[in-house]
Amino acid sequence: MDMNRRQFFKVCAVGLGGSSLAALGVAPPTAFADQVRHFKLARTIETRNTCPYCSVGCGLIMYSQGDAAKNVAQNIIHIEGDADHPVNRGTLCPKGAGLLDFIHSPNRLKHPEVREPGSNEWKRISWDEALDRIARLMKDDRDANFIERNAAGQTVNRWLSTGFLAASASSNEAGYITHKVVRSLGILGFDNQARV
Amino acid sequence: MSSQDIIARSATTTPMPSVRQVDEVAKLIDVSKCIGCKACQVACSEWNELRDEVGHNHGTYDNPADLTASSWTLMRFTEHETESDSLEWLIRKDGCMHCAEPGCLAACPSPGAIVKYANGIVDFNQDKCIGCGYCITGCPFNIPRISAKDHKAYKCTLCSDRVAVGLEPACVKTCPTGAIVFGTKEAMKQHAEERIVDLRSRGFAQAGLYDPPGVGGTHVMYVLHHADQPSLYAGLPDDPQISPMVSLWKGITKPLGLLGMGLVALLGFFHYVRVGRNVVEEDEHGPDPAVHQVDPAVHPYDPREPRV
Repeated sequence: MDMNRRQFFKVCAVGLGGSSLAALGVAPPTAFADQVRHFKLARTIETRNTCPYCSVGCGLIMYSQGDAAKNVAQNIIHIEGDADHPVNRGTLCPKGAGLLDFIHSPNRLKHPEVREPGSNEWKRISWDEALDRIARLMKDDRDANFIERNAAGQTVNRWLSTGFLAASASSNEAGYITHKVVRSLGILGFDNQARV
Repeated sequence: MSSQDIIARSATTTPMPSVRQVDEVAKLIDVSKCIGCKACQVACSEWNELRDEVGHNHGTYDNPADLTASSWTLMRFTEHETESDSLEWLIRKDGCMHCAEPGCLAACPSPGAIVKYANGIVDFNQDKCIGCGYCITGCPFNIPRISAKDHKAYKCTLCSDRVAVGLEPACVKTCPTGAIVFGTKEAMKQHAEERIVDLRSRGFAQAGLYDPPGVGGTHVMYVLHHADQPSLYAGLPDDPQISPMVSLWKGITKPLGLLGMGLVALLGFFHYVRVGRNVVEEDEHGPDPAVHQVDPAVHPYDPREPRV
C-alpha cells in the first residue's frame, strides 16, 4: 500500500479519534432497558364514579394524570371497573369499557345548547339562560295544562304535557331529590333510564 | 417483572436466569359463557392505547374482520349447525395463546425481540423487532401482525405490564359474564374441570379443555363444548404444531450456515497467509509510460526553485 506522510497522519488521527469516542461511551452496548412497559397508573389520581350509560349503574374508577398539585391540569387517561363496587365488581360492558373515548370525544356536549322552535341550528347559551328558559317554559305549560281534578271531581294534580328525563348515573340521593321535584310538580312522565 | 424474569429470549444462546420459582399464570376462556359483547376487545384497545381504523362489515359479527397490529384480540363468530338440526353460535375470543414452547420465539432472528417470562407470558419487544415477519411463520395460531405504520410485529401481551404489578389482564377484568378468568395455571385447570363437569351435565358430552400439548401447553386456554373438534371454532387448530420449517431452519440450516461462514473466513485467512493476495500485473493498456506523472502531494511544487 502506497501512502505518503500526510495520508498516514490522517489515518492515525481518524483511528485515534474513533477509538477514543468508543472508549468514552459514544457507542455503548445495548442498554438493559426494562422489558415490560411501565405500568401507566402507578401515581395517577383515582376518582370513583358511576357509568353514565344504562340503569345498571356500574361503578368506575377514573385514573387521571398528575398528583393534584396546584399547577397540574388533571386529564383522565384510563377508566376501568371498580372492583369494590357491588353492582359490577370490576366488570364493564363494551360501552363502559370505552368510556375514555366518550370523555375525550370531540362531539361531546360540554355546555347548554338550545334549538328554538322553527330553527334548525343549535345555539350555545349560558346555564342561567338555560335554566331560566326551562323554568319559564315549564311554568307556562303547567299553568296551561295542569289538571287539578278529574272528570269525577277527584283531586289528581296531574301535569301530563311535560316529561322529565334524568340521568341513569344518579346516586340514590340525587335520584330521591329528582323524584321529589318532579312528582311535586305533578309530572307523571319521568324516567331515569336515560341511555344517553 | 423485569429482564431477570425472562426465561427464553429469541436468537440468544446464552442461558437465561432460571433459578427463581415463579407460578405460571393462565387466562381461561370459557367459550360456553361468552355472549360476544366484545367488551374484551374494547378494554384491550383502551388499556394498550390502540385505536384501530373503523372498517367495513364483512357479513359477520366479527369486528374488525381480522386481527391487526392495533386489534390484539377478536371475537370470532361461527354459526354451527348440529346433527339435531339446531344452531349453535360458537363465539371464540381469538388472540395470542402464550404457548409454553412459542413458535414465534423459535423463529425470531432478532435477539431479544421476543421473550418468554417465567410466569409464561410471551411478549414482543418492538424496539428490537426488525419486522421480518418470521414470527408469523412460526406461530401455529396465526396471531402476530406487522403494522403498516412502523413495520413491527404486534400481538397480545397478556397485559404483561398489569400482570407485572399484580393485576389481571384488562380483558379478564372487564368480562361481564365471567367467561374470561385469570389465575395460576393450576387454578385455571381446576376451574376448567368444574366447568367441564357442568357442561357435560348439560348434554355436551365432548366438553373439554383446550391446552394443546403440541406447543407444550398454552397460557391462554379454552373451555370448549366440542373439545373433540376445536376446528369448529373459527379454525382453532386441532393439533397445533410449530412448522417443521422453523426447526429445520433454526435447528440445522442456521448452525450449518454459520459453520460455513466461519470456515470460509478461516480458509481465506490461511489462503492469504500461505498464497498471498492476487496481484494483477500492469498490462500495456495501463497509463502511457512515456508520460511522467507527478503526484503533487509527494513532490511539492516550489515556484522559486529553478526549473530544470
